[in-house]
Amino acid sequence: MSDHILKARALKKHFKTGGGMLAASGTVKAVDGVSFNVRRGETFAIVGESGCGKSTLARLLMRLLTPTEGDVQFDGADVRSLAGRDLTALRRDMQFIFQDPFSSLNPRMSVGKLVGEPLETHFPKMSATERRGKVAELLAKVGLRPEHAERYPHEFSGGQRQRIGIARALASAPKLVIGDEPVSALDVSVQAQVINLLGDLRDELGLTLVIIAHDLAVIRHMSDRVAVMYLGQIVEQGDVDTVYNHPRHPYTRALLSAIPVAAHGARTPQTALEGEMPSPANPPSGCRFHTRCPYAKERCASEPPALRQTDAGDGHIAACHYFEEIAAATPDLGLADAPERAPGAAARFALYQDAMRDRTTLRPRQDQE
Amino acid sequence: MVQESDPLPSPDTGSDKVLLEVRDFSLRFRGAPSDQINHVNFSVSPGKTLCVVGESGCGKSVTSLAMMGLLPAGAATIGSGEMIFEGQKLDLADHTAMRKLRGSRMTMIFQEPMTSLNPAFRIGDQIVEAVLAHSDASKSEAEDKALAILKRVGIPAAEKRMRDYPHQLSGGMRQRVMIAMALVNDPSLLIADEPTTALDVTIQAQILELIRDLQAETDMGTIMITHDLGVVAEIADTVAVMYAGTIVETGPAERIFNDPQHPYTIGLMSSIPQLSGPRGRLATVPGMVPTTQNMPEGCRFATRCPFAQPICAKEPPLAPLEGGHAVACHFAPLETHLEQSA
Repeated sequence: MSDHILKARALKKHFKTGGGMLAASGTVKAVDGVSFNVRRGETFAIVGESGCGKSTLARLLMRLLTPTEGDVQFDGADVRSLAGRDLTALRRDMQFIFQDPFSSLNPRMSVGKLVGEPLETHFPKMSATERRGKVAELLAKVGLRPEHAERYPHEFSGGQRQRIGIARALASAPKLVIGDEPVSALDVSVQAQVINLLGDLRDELGLTLVIIAHDLAVIRHMSDRVAVMYLGQIVEQGDVDTVYNHPRHPYTRALLSAIPVAAHGARTPQTALEGEMPSPANPPSGCRFHTRCPYAKERCASEPPALRQTDAGDGHIAACHYFEEIAAATPDLGLADAPERAPGAAARFALYQDAMRDRTTLRPRQDQE
Repeated sequence: MVQESDPLPSPDTGSDKVLLEVRDFSLRFRGAPSDQINHVNFSVSPGKTLCVVGESGCGKSVTSLAMMGLLPAGAATIGSGEMIFEGQKLDLADHTAMRKLRGSRMTMIFQEPMTSLNPAFRIGDQIVEAVLAHSDASKSEAEDKALAILKRVGIPAAEKRMRDYPHQLSGGMRQRVMIAMALVNDPSLLIADEPTTALDVTIQAQILELIRDLQAETDMGTIMITHDLGVVAEIADTVAVMYAGTIVETGPAERIFNDPQHPYTIGLMSSIPQLSGPRGRLATVPGMVPTTQNMPEGCRFATRCPFAQPICAKEPPLAPLEGGHAVACHFAPLETHLEQSA
């Protein structure tokens, strides 16, 4: 077995638009030449803003869309050529968690039915009793109670529904789970619960995760490696620590500095990005980022940069003609370390961490009052 | 009618003018067994930003809709409290007076600009309408005003864009149009309900900077409602942390971030994935927000609080600490009032 569970080679997906009687037809290059390998057992993240093509890419990997060019290999098999029984096996081994836990669960099916359905499809020989037992086991695994199987999706909160979606994805015992914005619809405190759950399940079940998201801080907590997308292409890729501490592509730098940090006075001088992402129907010539890049030169408008190895870390690649010069002229962003807090506050945070971790019991101090 | 009320006692030195003060405000939806908003107090000064922060269902949006008089009649009853705006008590039941204030003296922008703009009208006409509704300006004066404000909020080729329909604009541009429409009548108070939540981070940074700049120019007071503590750190002067309809902690932004006291504030801050520092397991706030159907007695956070004790069945008052900081917890500061039991 290869070290890589999933490989994407020069993937392209172009959509035709318009072409009515009077309208000129156009092509939206949603994904335009994307290649990467996902290692067995790792969490690989794809990050980018709306319209960068990350969700189209996820659907290409799952073969929910057929690529215009290029191919996807899953466990050594070309995903495009699969049919019949082999395609069913792919659907079993590769599962999807959707962003919106409100629209991705059939409101007329009970939770037991929702989680049991993939079991029926993929393990048809399983008896109804076995299946009920398996559903209870899956619900327990994602932190729900067995009696929840009798209830319907509307009876659950967003975080619980996302847990149901995860249980459903895990039912077929997949090797790879793709999550398209799996936590972005959730409140922070619940988001943290689901992030921890996904990490635990990965370790416990030996899963490989591919996480598609726009939130860089979430990705940093969940992933081993990250690819940054802009207008249908990967502009930078590498280990999470390398990319966050030594970003090389100007877009990654801008993205990182645009994130507000939840600490007082922690604002880093922002590499403010002018304008908005151009339309993928009509991407700029040369480097696609040159229209918004503060460092753009003439060459950037004509010659598309290739992904090149950087000096910052192994397997760290970036697509910019000038990243060496930019890195030399402008030091790394120096993302502020965890904020300095008042001494009492530090003790309070430690108390909270302990109480969460060990369930230590605290009681009112006796010498008070 | 807007009623006269006693001049406000000015807090501290008296140099701080108060633009809006909400005093002991409670609200209950029809048929609910407990209050959605539970004795809430806050105020905002001209030129300053108050951030109301909390998660879904904490009552932050309901509070702002109530302030604007936008809750449907009969849907909710106000249990206690009053709102004083520019020295006058707001009569939320007086729709004529409230309509006169809305869009002129106090305005609001929402999370999703597409649902707040009328898709059937050109954006220029929508802004002109906002001017004409609140002044006796002529059509052409109103158009000049609309064009000027669109330019100010950074709409490129504003003359041409005036004739666009909302669907022809990107999300960031629509939010700029919403801001233009809110500010065209020079309001003294802007209520912004999650104005950047639907936007990408690079566009969010642009919009926050725009709001900051406009505020500095006009001395407008702002109430920003958000769930994102990152946004709070960028823009807030003062912060009110809301949980299940109660303000659990409030104070200057610096104090809230550097010396948070309430277990909920601490839990919230611990749950945020950080861009730096250790990447370990995140702390969480276990469980979920109670609804008005199953609201706990006493401290509303007690069911999720790792430090909860029997006394928490009694509601803790929002007790002042130093520097305008206040917290509603029986055990604040935690590190001196709690110890590990053997």
